[in-house]
Amino acid sequence: MAWERFRKKRDVPEGLWLKCKKCNETLFKKDLEAVLSVCVHCGYHFGLNARERIATLVDPDSFEEMWSDLRAIDRLGFVDKEPYTVKMTKAEAKSGSTEAAMAGVGRIDGLRVSLCVLDFSYMGGSMGTVVGEKVTRALELAADEGIPCIVVACSGGARMHEGALSLMQMAKTSGAIQRLADRGGLFISLLTNPTTGGVTASFAALGDVIYAEPEALIGFAGPRVIQETLRTELPEGFQRSEFLLERGFIDRIVARKDLRATLAQTIRLLAPQPGCNAGSNGGSNTGA
Amino acid sequence: MADSKSTKNTTRTPKAHEVLDFERPIHELEGKIAELEALSSDTNLKLGGEITPLKHRLNRLVQEVFRAISPWQQVQVARAAGRPLCEDFVEGMCDELVELHGDRNFRDDPAMMTAIARIGSHRVMVVAHRKGRDTREKIKAHFGCAHPEGYRKALRKMKLAEKFGLPIVALINTPGAYPGIGAEERGQGWAIAENMQAMFALKVPIVSIVVGEGGSGGALGIGVADRVLMMEHAYYSVISPEGCAAILWGDAKRAPDAAKALRLCSKDLLSFGVVDAVLEEPVGAAHRAPAAAVQELKRVIIEQLDQLGRVPMAELLDMRFKKFRAMGTLFADAAAVR
Ligand SMILES: [Zn+2]
Repeated sequence: MAWERFRKKRDVPEGLWLKCKKCNETLFKKDLEAVLSVCVHCGYHFGLNARERIATLVDPDSFEEMWSDLRAIDRLGFVDKEPYTVKMTKAEAKSGSTEAAMAGVGRIDGLRVSLCVLDFSYMGGSMGTVVGEKVTRALELAADEGIPCIVVACSGGARMHEGALSLMQMAKTSGAIQRLADRGGLFISLLTNPTTGGVTASFAALGDVIYAEPEALIGFAGPRVIQETLRTELPEGFQRSEFLLERGFIDRIVARKDLRATLAQTIRLLAPQPGCNAGSNGGSNTGA
Repeated sequence: MADSKSTKNTTRTPKAHEVLDFERPIHELEGKIAELEALSSDTNLKLGGEITPLKHRLNRLVQEVFRAISPWQQVQVARAAGRPLCEDFVEGMCDELVELHGDRNFRDDPAMMTAIARIGSHRVMVVAHRKGRDTREKIKAHFGCAHPEGYRKALRKMKLAEKFGLPIVALINTPGAYPGIGAEERGQGWAIAENMQAMFALKVPIVSIVVGEGGSGGALGIGVADRVLMMEHAYYSVISPEGCAAILWGDAKRAPDAAKALRLCSKDLLSFGVVDAVLEEPVGAAHRAPAAAVQELKRVIIEQLDQLGRVPMAELLDMRFKKFRAMGTLFADAAAVR
């Protein structure tokens, strides 16, 4: 729920050079982009905004953004240090994203998918009504077209500024997943650093298949909240992808360089056959 | 098994240590009346002429105070000692009750109460947060914060209800799901998410009522329903006012400001379409007249179950989803809403 907690730790590289957060090696920003923003020395996965993430996943020029004009309204009249409306304007200016999620259709290795990617650079990827709506529409589009849906989680949780309406996006998206399941559709959830709060406790946890990037922070309660509640040190590696894999809550950890291939393979091996890749571009409706 | 034993239909005067700050004038006047009444019976003095106007004044005062309470005071009322807990509502309104324990996997979570029961003529499955009445119970129940096994226990019992066609009555009163190492190790997020998804598919009517604290995901984990009701002085929020204040202002003491900003009172939630109806409470809130509050909840639940029982199941499931589907679908750009 507490996206602002992560604000100071944002992974966005600035200037030409940056230091790796894990191994402290200096990296040339341009080089980093060519290797999908993964440290060549230690494998640390830097954060990606929605646009960058989509570029690493889909076939070149295959992504068509949808519902980009959705903007939240300030139903609560929420003011903390500044009004929510001002906060949104600033977030857009700073991140270059219009909301904390980008959705649309694209192709992965020729396979048509409905895709929704959360964007941590906009208000910590927090889920308000627009994020909830985009995830829901992506699931509905997948059901209607008979194509798989992939949602990439990257969020501090529900957005406080839209109050209980943000909370209800947890129920709304979970219901949409049930609807997709009723129609036999495939939903793949990809968890990236960080995925916490109300996003973990809704669509992110409900994938038919759940993948995670290495060392991503994934949990319901944030580590600081737990630490403050229990007044104790947390175990090494707590709430990281590897911790969750060991405890059986995710299906597989997939390094960023392998994501496209693994997603395509998963769709070929698992997605329902008749609706699969109804479009052009060759493909695999007969299995790989 | 549980008859409404302790619940005579009278007003309850909160004990001195339970009195909320803004209730102090009420408490003082109540004290004065009690003194006069004691004096009157001890001395056989006829003080009715003095007591009656004071009682009228008290009634007016209670109404005035509660009409003007702030969102933060509202949160305090929802948490007030003496306010009926889920376990009080359950025991008070069920004509028969057999509690069932355990998730048949890890352990029995005392923070989640599940029971087969009869309310009026309806056989039901009750699923309810338990906060605990005394210190020992409270500690066992983590003050109403359920672990994943609590949500899984609820799901198992709800599926049992579906098998035998029992409607589900879910009572919500939790500060939130438990934030701890074990809870994370056992998949707190997964448990809540799976409950919500499953509740959209359960082929029995579901009524949920926020009776006290509706603490974010921990509340929603048993909160998907055909009818979502909320008691007048309950609150329902995406985050606790203290948690919100700590994040936004770096100071949990700003909780009153956060409570105001979050719009977490019943009338707000009704205006957002998040709850279907608000249950009026006795004047001065449920902690001043618990028995009346319990009976009113019972009446409303029976009414809801009567109505839902007449709706064909396919229609019910469709309406259940569409209700939540419509939440948060007003956007700034009207052209964008399909
Ligand atoms: Zn490195």
